[in-house]
Amino acid sequence: MANHGVELLDQLASQGVSRRSFLKYCAALASLMALPPAAGRAFAKALVSAPRPSVIWLSFQECTGCTESLTRSHAPTLEGLLFNSISLDYHHTLQAAAGADAESARQEAVQKNWGKFLLVVDGSVPMKDGGVYSTIAGVSNYDLLMETAKGAAAVIAVGTCAAFGGLPGARPNPTGSVSISSLVHDKPVINLSGCPPIPAVMTGVLAQYLAFGTLPELDSLGRPKAFYADTIHDRCYRRPFYDQGKFAKTFDDEGARQGWCLFELGCKGPVTHNACATTKWNDSTSFPIESGHGCLGCSEPGFWDAGSFYRALSQSANPLQHAKGALVAGAVVGGAMAVTNRGFKMMAAHVHAPSNVADLEK
Amino acid sequence: MSASLSRAINVLKKVIDAPIASYLNSCVHCGLCAEACLFYTETHDPKYTPIHKLEPLRRLYRQEYTLIGRLLKAIGLAKPITDAELEEWKELVYNSCTMCGRCSLVCPVGNDIVYMVRRLREGMAIAGHAPQGMITVTKRAIETGSPMGIKLPALKFQLSQIKAETGIEIPLDQEGAEYMLLLSSMEVINFPEFITAVAKIMRQAGKTWTLCSEAFEATNSGIQIGVSEIAEEIVSRIVDGAEKLRVKTVISPECGHAFTALRWEGPNLIGRPYRFKVRHILEVLDEFREQGILKTSGPEDARMTFHDPCQIVRMGGVIEPQRRLMQMVAKDFVEMPDSGKYNWCCGGGGGVSANEDAKELQLIAFQRKKEQLEAVKAERLVTACANCRIVLEEGMERYRMDVPLVGLTELIADHLVEANNVGGTG
Amino acid sequence: MNEFQLLAFARGIGFQIAVAIFLMGMMLRLTEIYSLGRKPNLAEPRLVSGASGWHTLYRRFAPPPGMLQTAYITYIGGYVFHIGFMMVFLLFAQHIKMIQELTGLSWPPLPAPIIDFITVVTLVAMLVVLVDRVRAPVKRFLSGFGDYLAWTITFLPVLTGYLAVKHLFLSYTTLLALHIVSVEIFLVLLPFTKIAHTATVWPSRWFNGNTNGRKGVPV
Repeated sequence: MANHGVELLDQLASQGVSRRSFLKYCAALASLMALPPAAGRAFAKALVSAPRPSVIWLSFQECTGCTESLTRSHAPTLEGLLFNSISLDYHHTLQAAAGADAESARQEAVQKNWGKFLLVVDGSVPMKDGGVYSTIAGVSNYDLLMETAKGAAAVIAVGTCAAFGGLPGARPNPTGSVSISSLVHDKPVINLSGCPPIPAVMTGVLAQYLAFGTLPELDSLGRPKAFYADTIHDRCYRRPFYDQGKFAKTFDDEGARQGWCLFELGCKGPVTHNACATTKWNDSTSFPIESGHGCLGCSEPGFWDAGSFYRALSQSANPLQHAKGALVAGAVVGGAMAVTNRGFKMMAAHVHAPSNVADLEK
Repeated sequence: MSASLSRAINVLKKVIDAPIASYLNSCVHCGLCAEACLFYTETHDPKYTPIHKLEPLRRLYRQEYTLIGRLLKAIGLAKPITDAELEEWKELVYNSCTMCGRCSLVCPVGNDIVYMVRRLREGMAIAGHAPQGMITVTKRAIETGSPMGIKLPALKFQLSQIKAETGIEIPLDQEGAEYMLLLSSMEVINFPEFITAVAKIMRQAGKTWTLCSEAFEATNSGIQIGVSEIAEEIVSRIVDGAEKLRVKTVISPECGHAFTALRWEGPNLIGRPYRFKVRHILEVLDEFREQGILKTSGPEDARMTFHDPCQIVRMGGVIEPQRRLMQMVAKDFVEMPDSGKYNWCCGGGGGVSANEDAKELQLIAFQRKKEQLEAVKAERLVTACANCRIVLEEGMERYRMDVPLVGLTELIADHLVEANNVGGTG
Repeated sequence: MNEFQLLAFARGIGFQIAVAIFLMGMMLRLTEIYSLGRKPNLAEPRLVSGASGWHTLYRRFAPPPGMLQTAYITYIGGYVFHIGFMMVFLLFAQHIKMIQELTGLSWPPLPAPIIDFITVVTLVAMLVVLVDRVRAPVKRFLSGFGDYLAWTITFLPVLTGYLAVKHLFLSYTTLLALHIVSVEIFLVLLPFTKIAHTATVWPSRWFNGNTNGRKGVPV
């Protein structure tokens, strides 16, 4: 094991990452997860000395964006290097092996690490028509997932598709796609939502598992609270403009140039739980709102079906869709009431016999 | 369902119209109409809240004329109107409502509550739920021509008495006269001075006028009890008489509801506009004043106030003439608090004074008027409605108040400047 | 259903359904009410300036003499709550955005702190009128389930809106969703409760003003 630690530090050094910056990275990761500073040292120690846990990565209905985000966003990354401390035994996008060799490698890894490996899944699982819409080596995603999950210590659903169904699950959901957590009930499932999820979120969870052998505390949607407790809006640098009521009205007006709040342009920051506003993207360069575009809400369930990305949250998605029909229906029912009411009135007048004084007494 | 109840429901279905539907849907139960109603303010009993008096009408409207109400009725969730309920509501619709219309004036959503009470009475009366006193009066009006049973001989007797006392010949059945004067029975029996007063004023103004032997009674108990056919019959007598005599203007006497019945309800009852004008005596006097043919002298020093009869003022639209006329004869004319269109009822309008069951309530309600009178401390109280006069006198007697009461027409007549050519044009 | 899905429903199909029921209900109610018609008035009108249906439309905004003192809770509570409700509805930036989407019309909003203040005042006024409804004999006597229902469905949008803006008690997402759902309930029930007076009050005032205005009485 010591060998492995030396190996990692050597690797880092060979890529220009000093021991010092490695420690800083671990401390930063710890602080991002709101762990005490000592956890940073524990991370560092664990990362260089812990046994490499086996990780099996299954990709279902997905676009590889999640994998891209985690491995190829920019190089060399500490995140990328972190993968060196795990034994990625099966990832059909990344591995060199193909066909029967790849599948047998997976089966071998599963058996060898039964009950200990981490199962990472990206992509949703199609359930309609017996799951025929996505198969690997003739095995449906559902069968593959259920079979593999049996031996896993925990399942990490990476990306919104795996976490909540995502794009494949958007209306009208032709393949009957569902999330991992709706299928796997007997293992802990950690949802790392986002389209794609933030790399540091992934590495943070892995680092915690490596260092402490524990899984993070989750919110009601199964997401690590350390990253998903706050909304984008809560942490947004444009928040003061929202509080002052200063809103950009179009993407090229003076308000937009002044960097005012993008609420009216459809920003979903107020209802989106994610860490973009603090961790940012592309080596902490920026996040969408900093580029002048509202948050799409990609880490929330059903975000594809929440109406236009460019409609303010206070606006309904096409509220007048049924207005005409409703007015016509109202007019028809109202007209029927009018006709019968007038009829009753006329009938009453017709039936009404002129009264005389004799009627006054019972 | 009894035959009378089904008649009542039928007639209510007939009279419910768009304004009523609009009003019943607008009520927000703010309770402000209670503060406008003297039966509530003097008893503080919430059941006298005006809008509550319409509960049977509201329910019937909902059950018959709204989709939701019809559906509820169809599945048996609507509480049907019963005879017992209408009997219970008699007190609210008749005894504790003088149809003064003050509630209609304050309702913030604009509900014309008195308009609805008037319509609800249509159903109540037809189902036999009108008070006995009002039934008696109405029967008498139809059978004898007058609610008090005054027939032509009685009038002729009074006219001959006037002639004997004052030497004035009251014209009767003069075709082509400019004005035809109507009277209330009360004036024939209790206040014949009114007839003399009009005669003197007409003589000074040089106008031709007449009474009509077939239609001298102005009051209309059909309106008060709420039976349109009866009201129509009574109005038709006047219309026939006036058109037969080809008069230009029919004068409503100092009686409140007679004026609204003839002036505002009449054409709608008979289904056509009149071929003559209808004016209240105060309007006629004010016209004479404006034309300079009403000359008075010696305004009095006594502090005087005027009680606005609801039916003439708030419900009739005669608001300013009486004020200008009062200025002619009173140096110290003081307005009561809430005068004019906001005036409080004497407590005996809308048939209440003819309703023995309501007598006690009427006198309790009078406390509101008592308060107003005490606020102005008038030495003389003037009004222009024979019914108000009787009710005010009853009230003042009960509360041991001693303010002399007079009709405005008589007061004006008392101050007429008798020109040299008195009788010259007569 | 989680909060985001609730919000998506509330903003999407839920709002569409609510608007549809509201429009259908209003169309039905107004037709069934005003198609009852009224007979023409044959009495010769007395023309007096200031006496007409149109005058009564605005005159009834003001209390008749003496009534303000007599029923100050009803009047002041009523004014504050109605005006506050309308201001918060019409002058809050997020609401204007929604109105603009629906109608194409927009106007400048009030600053958020002022809206916050008005909202609190409105909520207090609504609580005061509720307490008055329970305590004042006449109002208690007149009030039934419909009155308390109407109060509740009017109060909830204001309350949830305030909590959402202030991020109190629940997450913003949940509160925003609840706010929109409460507005939807309000819309759906409006035509069928006494809140329908928002529409019928104008014809009612006009009818009253017209009937009495013909007699020369400015009511």
